[in-house]
Amino acid sequence: MKKYSRSDENVAMKLHYDVLRDDFSRAGEASSKIKNMLRQLAIDANILRRIAIATYEAEINLVIHSYGGSIDVYIKSDCIEIYVEDSGPGIENVELAMTKGFSTATNIAREMGFGAGMGLPNMEKVSDEFIIESERDKGTNIKMVVNY
Amino acid sequence: MKNYWHSVILEKDYCNGCTHCLDRCPTQAIRIIEGKAQIIAERCIDCGECLRVCPYHAKGALVSSLDVLKNYKYKVALPAISLYGQFPEEYEMNRVYNALLELGFDEVYDTAHVADILSVYENRVLDKENVNRPLISTYCPVITRLIQVKYPALIDNIIKLEAPMEIAARHVRKRLIAEGFKDEEVGIIYISPCPAKVTSIKDPIGIEKSAISEAVSTEEIYYKVMKIIDKVEGTKQIQRATGKGIGWARVGGQSYAMGIDDYIAVDGIEEVIKVLESMELGKLSSLAFFEGYACINGCVGGPLNVENTFICKNRIRKLTKHYGMEKPIVIDIEMIPENMEWNTPILPTPIFKLDSDFKKALEKMAKIEEFTQMLPGINCGACGAPNCRVLAEDIVNGYAKIEDCLLLNKK
Repeated sequence: MKKYSRSDENVAMKLHYDVLRDDFSRAGEASSKIKNMLRQLAIDANILRRIAIATYEAEINLVIHSYGGSIDVYIKSDCIEIYVEDSGPGIENVELAMTKGFSTATNIAREMGFGAGMGLPNMEKVSDEFIIESERDKGTNIKMVVNY
Repeated sequence: MKNYWHSVILEKDYCNGCTHCLDRCPTQAIRIIEGKAQIIAERCIDCGECLRVCPYHAKGALVSSLDVLKNYKYKVALPAISLYGQFPEEYEMNRVYNALLELGFDEVYDTAHVADILSVYENRVLDKENVNRPLISTYCPVITRLIQVKYPALIDNIIKLEAPMEIAARHVRKRLIAEGFKDEEVGIIYISPCPAKVTSIKDPIGIEKSAISEAVSTEEIYYKVMKIIDKVEGTKQIQRATGKGIGWARVGGQSYAMGIDDYIAVDGIEEVIKVLESMELGKLSSLAFFEGYACINGCVGGPLNVENTFICKNRIRKLTKHYGMEKPIVIDIEMIPENMEWNTPILPTPIFKLDSDFKKALEKMAKIEEFTQMLPGINCGACGAPNCRVLAEDIVNGYAKIEDCLLLNKK
């Protein structure tokens, strides 16, 4: 299985967004900015849609589950790479977390319509390459690649 | 290069170069250049937001006037369904329709009757297996154009049905030609609540050519009808729609007429954009139907109407009851795709693309980022672009200069 690492070669442009924990009022803002920028490049509509879903779900996860983190988007000539990193709390059982419908979201998050347990499965579904690594108390790193 | 025809226009003499319209335009199609607003044709989706907010009435809609009646041998009025809500309640719609005959029309066709029939047909389309969810209504042409420019991934969700006005016009024109009229002798005149529908006639989506000849504004008709209506006796029975078709004039009416439960109906272009954003993320894929309108309350909120949109909406609600939701619908137009549907594909019009070449687009994007960082970021609009980022885009595309920023110049 591939290890999580950033591949800095041949990056045409990098976008960086910090995402705060529990910042529900701004949840979705970073992914919306990313989408609006990528819309201006000559990327196919369905590819763009997949990238939008991947970054949106990642951003929501950072808001409701993490202590805060970041999303980095690497625009390359043949693909988009998305790196999602946070500083904890880490996922206890990654396999379980990847199951459709499984969620550890708080009641507050659920009341706001989040936490359906579809975030990670959706991210995997729309990515051509998906790597997740998580360590308890350290944090979670996710790499997603969407090819054009 | 495609030629764009727009109904929304600018009357330069009235424009004082203020920035009201700049910020409201959902596709960032307006710039103020040398003190006058300009509309970028390929970006405009004819929603009419600028027309609505302009304090100087410098924005107008290109519509015909009733003088065009003299150009045709046989003249048919095709009133927008929202006309039902325009007149004070003491004037029954049938009387208004008879007043239209007095104004010089040979025939008035109740467009809402086609909405009755379309409600039945649309329900059948929704019931088919393997349709995309949610299906998106095409009734408001602004929303269809918005999807073409901003949400091309949702094009496959568009239900490719014609609007009632077009189905009605096709039907009437066919009948008249069968009766012996030549095509050019028949004038079918739509009475429009908005510039968007006018554009749909002159530059339609989904078909080659509209069967409608011209469009006049509801406003013009309203005042002409009001002058004569007290003398008009509504003898001829023209009104024939049931409450179902009439309900199409307000947001949600279409879904209500179809009797479906699993729908959302949204009005106001900014709210529609929010929902389309969610839809693009796949959040609404369990929903059966979506109807969205650029105007508040749907077509009753059209900028070429006379009556306040909320008053009009209330009248439509009452009329829906008055004319009845349970009355049988007379299906006198054959419900086949040829009569009801679009026959050419809907293509994306990606107006936000910086360049069709990916590499060049990337280079431009990098430069835009650079300029955006240099600009003050307060989005004042004084340079003539709606915000700092759009100015950066215009600079990179060669349409503006960094010196256009008044704040940077001041320092």
